Amino acid sequence: MREGLDQWAFVVAAYLVAIGGTLALVAWSWLAMRRAERRRDRQGRR
Amino acid sequence: MHGYANPARFLKIARWLTVPLLVGGLVIAGAALAWGLLVVPADRLMGDTVRILFIHVPAAWLGMGGWTTIAIASLMELVWRHPLAAIAARSAAAPGAVFAAICLVTGSIWGRPTWGTWWVWDGRLTSMLVLLFLYLGYLALAGAISRDGASSRILAIYGLVGAINVPIINRSVVWWNSLHQPPSITMGRSAIDATFLVPLLVATLGFSLLFGGVVLARMRALLATMQAEARLRRRADTGAGFGPDFA
Repeated sequence: MREGLDQWAFVVAAYLVAIGGTLALVAWSWLAMRRAERRRDRQGRR
Repeated sequence: MHGYANPARFLKIARWLTVPLLVGGLVIAGAALAWGLLVVPADRLMGDTVRILFIHVPAAWLGMGGWTTIAIASLMELVWRHPLAAIAARSAAAPGAVFAAICLVTGSIWGRPTWGTWWVWDGRLTSMLVLLFLYLGYLALAGAISRDGASSRILAIYGLVGAINVPIINRSVVWWNSLHQPPSITMGRSAIDATFLVPLLVATLGFSLLFGGVVLARMRALLATMQAEARLRRRADTGAGFGPDFA
């Protein structure tokens, strides 16, 4: 372990990347699914 | 297996499973990350940076798992012409790419305090970067095929050929000298103490449920888009259903 580096800064940065990336992926996929299903359902009613 | 090839039957199951997988994954992964951050003690050698283990390792496994899913689904598409196989393969690409990218970025962040460098061109890191590029190529090719209406068989072949990189990633730390440590967890054996192993497995379970939920959501989106386009084509063919807006 190298001295003089704040270990928690690296830990927090890694967690932010992982949590942010995962939440963005979930939100993007969910919204894309809802949008596509709404579009299909709208067409079905026409 | 072939019983689930029917899109209507699949959609019935997918509608029932998507939300529990996503919510369960968020709760379990969130609990595991809180456990890793707040409860697990610092490691004797790596100090507090050992906590990056609980995100880096599940991301690496899911990055490789995503391409394994693509390869299996591609094989099913080519051999058995399974109607949902192509959709499953395409749906696994984006989450696989995101987890491969998370693995690379968190590994780089972990490398700086433990190895003294952000990056080395060794077998493990380079083969993982190749996996990310394979994902980007797959997504670009899938987009081009959807746009141009070309055959998806070329995408399935690309998925199968790219699978050769997965065992290379897995064995890279054994075959070549590397700053990366050798495998700590193999079939039936672990060199990791239970203090770290249990939250790691819980985090992997949580992220895997999220991965499954995201794949189902993307499959539902692709199926809905295909159904909407098929309806439009049918109406265009029969000349029915178009109001003045379409004139």
